[in-house]
Amino acid sequence: MRYAMAVDTKKCVGCGDCVVACQTENNVPHGYCRDWIVENVAGTYPKLEIELRSERCNHCENAPCVRCCPTGASHIVDGGIVLVTHDECIGCGACIESCPYDARYPHPEGYVDKCTFCVHRVTDGENPACVDVCPTHCLHFGDLDDPNSDVSKILKNRKWKVLAPEAGTKPQLYFLT
Amino acid sequence: MKEELFVSGRNIPHIDPYLHLWTWEIPLYLFLGGLAAGILFFAGYFYVMHKERDMKATIKWAPMLVPFILVIGLGALFLDLHHKLYFWRLYTIIRFQSPMSWGAWVLMAITPLSIVWAASYLKEVFPKWKWPFAWLDTFEAFVIKYRKAMAWIMMILSVILGVYTGILLSAFNARPLWNTSILGPLFLVSGFSTGLAAIIWMSKSKYERKVLTRIDLIFIFVELFFIIHMIMGFQAGSEAAHEAAKLFLGGEFTVTFWVFVVLLGLAFPATLEIFELRGYHVPVWIPSFLILLGGLIFRFVILEAGQITRYLY
Amino acid sequence: MKTRRDFIKISAAGVGAAAIGLHALSWDSVTAQFVADGDTSPVSDEELTNYPTFCEVCFWKCAGFTYVDKKGNIRKIIGNKDDPHSNGRFCPRGTGGVGMYWDEDRLQTPLIRETKADGTQYFRKASWDEALNLVAEKMNKLRLEHGPECLALFSHGTGGKHFSHLVKAYGSPNITAPSFAQCRGPREVAFTATYGEDVMSPERTDIRDTKCLVLIGSHIGENMHNGQIQEMSEAIDQGATIITVDPRFSTAASKSKYWLPIKPATDIALLLAWMHVIIYEDLYDKAYVEKYTFGFKELKEHVKNMTPEWAYGITTIDPNVIRKTAREMAAASPAVLVHPGRHVTWYGDDTQRSRAIAIVNALLGSWGRRGGFYNPEKVHLPKYPAPPYPKPKRSWRDAYPPGKYKLVTEVLSTGICDASIPNADLDCHLRGWIVYGTNLMASLPDQKKTLEAISHLDFLVVIDTMPMDIVQLADVVLPECTYLERYDPIRTSPHREPYIALRMPAAEPKHETKPGWWIAKELAKRLGLGDYFNYENYEDVLDWQLKKVGSSLEEMKRIGVKKFNREFDDLYFLQNLEDFEFNTNTGKIELYSTELEMEGYDPMPKYTHHEEPADGYYRLNYGRAPMHTFSRTSNNHNLWDLMKENSVWINPKVAKLWDIENGQYIWLKNQDGIVTDFPVKARVTERIRWDSVYLVHGFGHTDKKLTRAYGHGASDSKLVSKIHMDPIMGGTGMRGNFVTFLKEKPGKEVNA
Ligand SMILES: Nc1nc2c(c(=O)[nH]1)N[C@H]1C(S)=C(S)[C@@H](COP(=O)(O)OP(=O)(O)OC[C@H]3O[C@@H](n4cnc5c(=O)[nH]c(N)nc54)[C@H](O)[C@@H]3O)O[C@H]1N2
Ligand SMILES: Nc1nc2c(c(=O)[nH]1)N[C@H]1C(S)=C(S)[C@@H](COP(=O)(O)OP(=O)(O)OC[C@H]3O[C@@H](n4cnc5c(=O)[nH]c(N)nc54)[C@H](O)[C@@H]3O)O[C@H]1N2
Ligand code: SF4
Ligand code: SF4
Ligand code: SF4
Ligand code: SF4
Ligand code: SF4
Ligand SMILES: [Mo]
Repeated sequence: MRYAMAVDTKKCVGCGDCVVACQTENNVPHGYCRDWIVENVAGTYPKLEIELRSERCNHCENAPCVRCCPTGASHIVDGGIVLVTHDECIGCGACIESCPYDARYPHPEGYVDKCTFCVHRVTDGENPACVDVCPTHCLHFGDLDDPNSDVSKILKNRKWKVLAPEAGTKPQLYFLT
Repeated sequence: MKEELFVSGRNIPHIDPYLHLWTWEIPLYLFLGGLAAGILFFAGYFYVMHKERDMKATIKWAPMLVPFILVIGLGALFLDLHHKLYFWRLYTIIRFQSPMSWGAWVLMAITPLSIVWAASYLKEVFPKWKWPFAWLDTFEAFVIKYRKAMAWIMMILSVILGVYTGILLSAFNARPLWNTSILGPLFLVSGFSTGLAAIIWMSKSKYERKVLTRIDLIFIFVELFFIIHMIMGFQAGSEAAHEAAKLFLGGEFTVTFWVFVVLLGLAFPATLEIFELRGYHVPVWIPSFLILLGGLIFRFVILEAGQITRYLY
Repeated sequence: MKTRRDFIKISAAGVGAAAIGLHALSWDSVTAQFVADGDTSPVSDEELTNYPTFCEVCFWKCAGFTYVDKKGNIRKIIGNKDDPHSNGRFCPRGTGGVGMYWDEDRLQTPLIRETKADGTQYFRKASWDEALNLVAEKMNKLRLEHGPECLALFSHGTGGKHFSHLVKAYGSPNITAPSFAQCRGPREVAFTATYGEDVMSPERTDIRDTKCLVLIGSHIGENMHNGQIQEMSEAIDQGATIITVDPRFSTAASKSKYWLPIKPATDIALLLAWMHVIIYEDLYDKAYVEKYTFGFKELKEHVKNMTPEWAYGITTIDPNVIRKTAREMAAASPAVLVHPGRHVTWYGDDTQRSRAIAIVNALLGSWGRRGGFYNPEKVHLPKYPAPPYPKPKRSWRDAYPPGKYKLVTEVLSTGICDASIPNADLDCHLRGWIVYGTNLMASLPDQKKTLEAISHLDFLVVIDTMPMDIVQLADVVLPECTYLERYDPIRTSPHREPYIALRMPAAEPKHETKPGWWIAKELAKRLGLGDYFNYENYEDVLDWQLKKVGSSLEEMKRIGVKKFNREFDDLYFLQNLEDFEFNTNTGKIELYSTELEMEGYDPMPKYTHHEEPADGYYRLNYGRAPMHTFSRTSNNHNLWDLMKENSVWINPKVAKLWDIENGQYIWLKNQDGIVTDFPVKARVTERIRWDSVYLVHGFGHTDKKLTRAYGHGASDSKLVSKIHMDPIMGGTGMRGNFVTFLKEKPGKEVNA
């Protein structure tokens, strides 16, 4: 099993719903977030283009954050989901420094937190909260090993890219372009 | 025009707009680690070379400081932890892929060793010293007997510690500035050089100072070579590495780095040391102080600048 | 520009040794802060209880469920999958609706304005009894001394229905909302003049099935009306062509095949040129036009010279693009939708622009057709028994000469203001206002006029949930609980199929707040109008009504949303050229409006030139951000996290001319010398033209009690001091205001 998410940059309107939904679903403290939206504008008026990306932890297959964690608090579970066990985390910040995507944050209670791919929902067979809320249906989630999953199908049919592939992290967040 | 912004208002403390999670604790910790490693290495080395009589500062005096240096360093590391109550988790597991983990373990080993080493010379350095318990005297005798073995272990551990201070950073290839294998040897050499500077400052013997100064000069030249090598490496590297090097070539850290680290922290003290070796009178503390300060600034610079750099996408 | 690619250039600002340890000094202990109490880890839905509701963060009224944890804390709100407004997905504002409930700055108790001996005024906390008695006393006095028609109600939002019932029972016809004269008014009047029917809310636009969606300004994606954005996304999947006409590079423009960067205030010229191409290139739906429309010949003659080349000189849109887009629309016809927009009060000739939109749709045969405009249906709930309302003898219209705004179909909010200012022609000006759920200081243009009207009032009662700007002006403040803590009237809005939705409380009202129905009922009791509120509890009303349509409160509490079958199978009632009589004078779609002609207005739209900014001034453009609703969400912590302040969008060329840097805080001053209360951040961006600037509406709050929103950003409302009135229906054109930049904090005197 290999969970992954695909983000349709062509349909995303940058509304931030995925961010609020994550916040309320996962009780992310105010001022912090597990996902965020980047807007890239290129060109000169009136020849313009916008790329909108809903970003979060890439659940890297080759995760530097897990490698550098001194306590094993950062670990990988079934389906390739990268998680942090809060009461094993000493808050050293090594994983934050090691993530090329700035996907982790120091939780005000001291431990490090990040996107869990909503593992508590996914194990119940549901989609992550952000995927289920997106009004433009531009987030696709599922198992890459299952050719019929939403994410497998869309990746087959569309062009995509990953962020900073040269970092060698093998990210599992795909951006449809 | 190209415009990029977080439209979801992301503004996480210590992470946005650019990473500055590690502030003063980690660079101080790395500096003190390198300094301690330098002192312990040369203490061990000259002990093994049977220079106990000629090199008192190296073998006996300077190591007295090391337990304090290490404890302060560890204290800084501890202060940096955001989930302090769980500190002990560090010592429930060894994770070889995590420099943070084996660094913590090396410190766990080298700190008691440095205490024992220093304690074994207490009576020599402070003739009036008396152990409160008799068993400590027995223990002292036992330790003195095994000083040579300790010296060897110390040398090995201090090389590991010295390298670790650099590898801790170079393991983070997410930060292009740190993403260079030269950082390990560079921090090792720099740490040793600061160690030497500290010993030279303490030494009262002309001979000892001369021996150490000669070594230090070699270290400084190697360090300068590594630095140039590192920057050239960035220049030849990816766009991100290129941008990283720019921080030192016209960017925010240009002055700090070239003036305070390279010129005042390396080139100038090296010149002074050469003059001294040539017989000119130079107050001992000046080159030593500059090297130590340069070493400290160097770690701050690399830490801060490194956190700003990132992959571009 | 601050981009990650440029990180080095920004940080290069602080050169030298100073950089060392800078952050060491600013180091703060992360562990020092704590999150709100309660369970901090996510919980699965099984451990939560859910209660049906429908959202009140905007007027799309999506239905969903409020999830409450074991401790009774509201955790999240999730859409109801059976609801066609949300399809199980709330927009960011709806999802963030929890923030309205949790807001620490909420109004907590009734407040009464008091004056100290030294003349300073303050709010005194009062009991409900005291506050309600006072309001009733003032209303009774007004009724006795001046007649009930001297009372006005401003109401926006579901709970307002309780108060319009109260005010009608009391005897006043002066019930208004900013959603007509500041919003949809011109569109409804124009479509009614053309088709005999209006567009309604939610709009009857069949975006889902369209092959070509044309957006005139309407910035779907930023305008986050849920059903529309969802359907637009579906249309993109289906390969629909999107054509966006907007002077600003809106998010929708970035998703469009064609973006027409039109010069502001010139849309009518473009629409006329499109008509020209469609007619003269024979692209129109001939059978449809033949069968249903009136005045085609006149229209053809009217647009004869309005060629794309003519329009080019006005709109700056390349004539080839005008032709191409017209052909593209025609190719998709009748599954083409020239969206009527919603907030259409722009330049004062808005009814005519909306008419032009209605006409283009008619030429393409999209009204009543799949992919165009469908025929909505809604469930008619019977009214709970109450005595008939008394007949008012006067109304706000007495403030105007008879010939003005003849086609107005709803009460003008600005008309209420005018009727509140004493005037020789008025035998009695309006003396009492009740304001429910509308922040007039942010919603009405020309704040000076609003303040003047308020200064003539005997009393102003505000029913709100937050200490918004309008609350500062009240004599009595009645704190309502949020929509998550109360019952409200059943939502029954027109859609493809009729649906109803229930709102029920998910938690007890916080503090001493009360639901609107209770407040209205208590006031009625004190005014001797108890007969109109003949129930103990609002649940009784709901259950009674629901049982009449074959459901019950019990059932609705379980399912939240119930769908009914359409009464008639006529969703696309003109699909196959069915016979149909339109509710217009001619019984046809009036390309040539007999009604407008009769009232003395242009029967066919004309392009008129609008004032342009003077040197050094820029047109003030404004609109929505997807994560906020007007001024009401700016203090909502969940949404504030996403956007704390608005910024003023400035084209890089303009910024360079003024030497304004991206991120720099500046002040804006308009043509009447009005300056923003607070500095606003410049966003230097190519997305805006060089002749205008852009602000997201709803920021720049002046009440310090809004601890998060206070002082953040600039209020576009403050700068909209000049109104271009629509002569046909009294809409307040608000985009004819111009601003310039102040780089230094302005002195007191300019701010006067
Ligand atoms: N997130 C969010 N969504 C909302 C609301 C909200 O508060 N927040 N409010 C809701 C309500 S009640 C309404 S009425 C709607 C309003 O939403 P719309 O009906 O979409 O609003 P408009 O003001 O018509 O559109 C604003 C757009 O018009 C463009 N524009 C400005 N001048 C011109 C011009 O001269 N010509 C053309 N062609 N375009 C121009 C602006 O650049 C901007 O992109 O939004 C609804 N949706
Ligand atoms: N300058 C400018 N003016 C505009 C617009 C613009 O874009 N620019 N847009 C126009 C448009 S399209 C519209 S529709 C109007 C919208 O105008 P309004 O509906 O007045 O919009 P808000 O400013 O959000 O004011 C809503 C008020 O209701 C309160 N409220 C929220 N929930 C509740 C509740 O449950 N109960 C009670 N009692 N009160 C509640 C809020 O605290 C707030 O004070 O504004 C119009 N005015
Ligand atoms: S919810 Fe969907 S459309 Fe909105 S920002 Fe997130 S990914 Fe984009
Ligand atoms: S994105 Fe960052 S936090 Fe997530 S797995 Fe990859 S390296 Fe780790
Ligand atoms: S902060 Fe926590 S999760 Fe991250 S590396 Fe340190 S111990 Fe591991
Ligand atoms: S998958 Fe879950 S945790 Fe991750 S960003 Fe989406 S909602 Fe948040
Ligand atoms: S569109 Fe958004 S804010 Fe409006 S009712 Fe629906 S969920 Fe609520
Ligand atoms: Mo509106």
